[in-house]
Amino acid sequence: MKKFALTLAASAAAIIGVASAAQAADKTKVCFVYVGSHTDGGYSQAHDLGRQQVQAEFGDKIETPYLENVPEGPDAERAIERLARSGCKLIFTTSFGFMDATVKVAAKFPKVKFEHGTGYKTGPNLATYNSRFYEGRYILGQIAAKTSKNHGAAYIASFPIPEVVMGINSFEQGARSVDPSFKLKVIWVNTWFDPGKEADAAKAMVDQGVDVLTQHTDTTAPMQVAEERGIHAFGQASDMIAAGPKAQLTAIVDTWGTYYSKRVHALLDGTWKSEQSWDGLKDGILKMAPYTNMPDDVKKMAEETEAKIKSGELHPFTGPINKQDGTPWLKAGEKADDGTLLGMNFYVEGVDDKLPAQ
Amino acid sequence: MSIFEAILLTVITASTPLVIAALGELVTERSGVLNLGVEGMMIMGAVAAFAGAQTSGSPYVGIICGIAAGALFSLLFAFLTLTLVANQVATGLALTLLGLGASGMLGEPYVSVPGIRLEEIVVPILSDIPVIGHVLFRQDLIFYLSIALVIGVSWFLFRSRAGLKLRAIGDSHTSAHALGIGVIRTRYLAVMFGGACAGLAGAQLSLVYTPQWAENMSAGRGWITLALVVFASWRPWRVFAGGYLFGAVTILQLHAQAFGLGIPSQFLSMLPYAATIVVLIIISHNRRTTMINTPASLGKAFVPER
Repeated sequence: MKKFALTLAASAAAIIGVASAAQAADKTKVCFVYVGSHTDGGYSQAHDLGRQQVQAEFGDKIETPYLENVPEGPDAERAIERLARSGCKLIFTTSFGFMDATVKVAAKFPKVKFEHGTGYKTGPNLATYNSRFYEGRYILGQIAAKTSKNHGAAYIASFPIPEVVMGINSFEQGARSVDPSFKLKVIWVNTWFDPGKEADAAKAMVDQGVDVLTQHTDTTAPMQVAEERGIHAFGQASDMIAAGPKAQLTAIVDTWGTYYSKRVHALLDGTWKSEQSWDGLKDGILKMAPYTNMPDDVKKMAEETEAKIKSGELHPFTGPINKQDGTPWLKAGEKADDGTLLGMNFYVEGVDDKLPAQ
Repeated sequence: MSIFEAILLTVITASTPLVIAALGELVTERSGVLNLGVEGMMIMGAVAAFAGAQTSGSPYVGIICGIAAGALFSLLFAFLTLTLVANQVATGLALTLLGLGASGMLGEPYVSVPGIRLEEIVVPILSDIPVIGHVLFRQDLIFYLSIALVIGVSWFLFRSRAGLKLRAIGDSHTSAHALGIGVIRTRYLAVMFGGACAGLAGAQLSLVYTPQWAENMSAGRGWITLALVVFASWRPWRVFAGGYLFGAVTILQLHAQAFGLGIPSQFLSMLPYAATIVVLIIISHNRRTTMINTPASLGKAFVPER
């Protein structure tokens, strides 16, 4: 209900903006659709920083209108279609839930190029892109194993979807590479965005003796709790050092700008092709925030791991790896393929939680 | 600090905004007005409290700003529904939508600004009592206010003359009007009291619960308070108990997960709402309790001339 009205207002404002700009010039229009507000301090803001980077880089050659607070559903289709009609040459739809809407609109507008963030459906004029967040989470796991005094950490998780499960597993793999007895507790909050509930989950974990927290939810509330209670935590999507100057060890930071810039170049050069892009640390789409509040040897280890992942020497999911119940999953030296990762619905050994039914 | 104390402390933080906002809505509804805009008033209170605290450097100024914002915002609702006789349900929903949008806009400069936490007030002597002392007498001002509000509202409604008049209006505005009680004036005050409480609850969110500003940070708590008023069948002490029950279930389900009890988290998240439905079934089953407690004029417009 509230999202609906917000969108109505937001799209009305944006459409007026788009319409008046359309008459303005021969600038190429590159458009963006966000699920949240461009100042949400997390996911949508990370995309908007990417947009700003592209705008700054290409200057007068392009313009980059955006729609924010667009709910996933029928409204998304209307919003995307409006953009397509208003002369956008390339449209980035940045949330998983925009997938089907983007597919439909892309079919209607074959001359417009579309890129859908974190989905899997493509078309001749529809590409997908995603980031290998799990590479960063492996490093977080290693740091956690070195930092925690009681061989464990807590993971504040949103919903049991493959991307989240993959992150949990990668964190545990990293931790076990340093400390084979490491136990990861998972706490499900069933929301992406509720500062109060995320804080409560963090407090519950700290009260039970956990001294390292990580999260796959969108607000800085858990980091704030970590700071107050004097424990350590990792930032998510953005560098959250402002919320936890003493608490943050590092953060995985989404930096979509590099990818957006590459694709806008391709559009302007006429070399744009539909692809399925899934880049990671190597390509700069995923960055690690500065390694802080940790001893030098831990920092050195983290930097080395980061370098190894970038060079391709290390893949977080390299066997031998057992599933949670001890059954073998990957043989020694075997690497998990992308399809398995993208559909991951089981825990690896060492995760101290029962995966909720999906 | 034992784990028991730690849990009690988090339960208090989680329950306080629910209790405060629900008490305000209870008074509003007792006067016969249904204001569904609690979520909107709460989030306006949260953003105003945060902005006030940042600008002045004092969380107490923030609290005052939060209360004022909630009350002023509810005045808009009062004007539309009481003076212009607009539909209360539609206006309440619009108030929530407007509040969520407007707070996002007003709060933009405060995104990811470190917040100011309202400090604890330690009550001498009493705070030295083991367990209870630490939990109950080392709290922030808003917690103490919430307790005062429960007692105050309870006294006002059932022990004071003004409260009797307010309940009379809620039960039959035409009869009350015939007796010379100022229906519209009383309802204005009741709506604004509800708005002030929602604003205070919002201030608790951005100054105590998570001292920060984030768009939509009320995350549906305003809607829970509406359920809570019905759950409590319009009784202040039951609102208090219900608020703590809802808060406790939220916190305990997180601890249950951490302890590794195999209860699905989704089930536990659903519990407070399931409890509300059960209570609704029970109170609507017994016609007498329904008749006694539900304000008979609830949601009905009053136009004196007709």
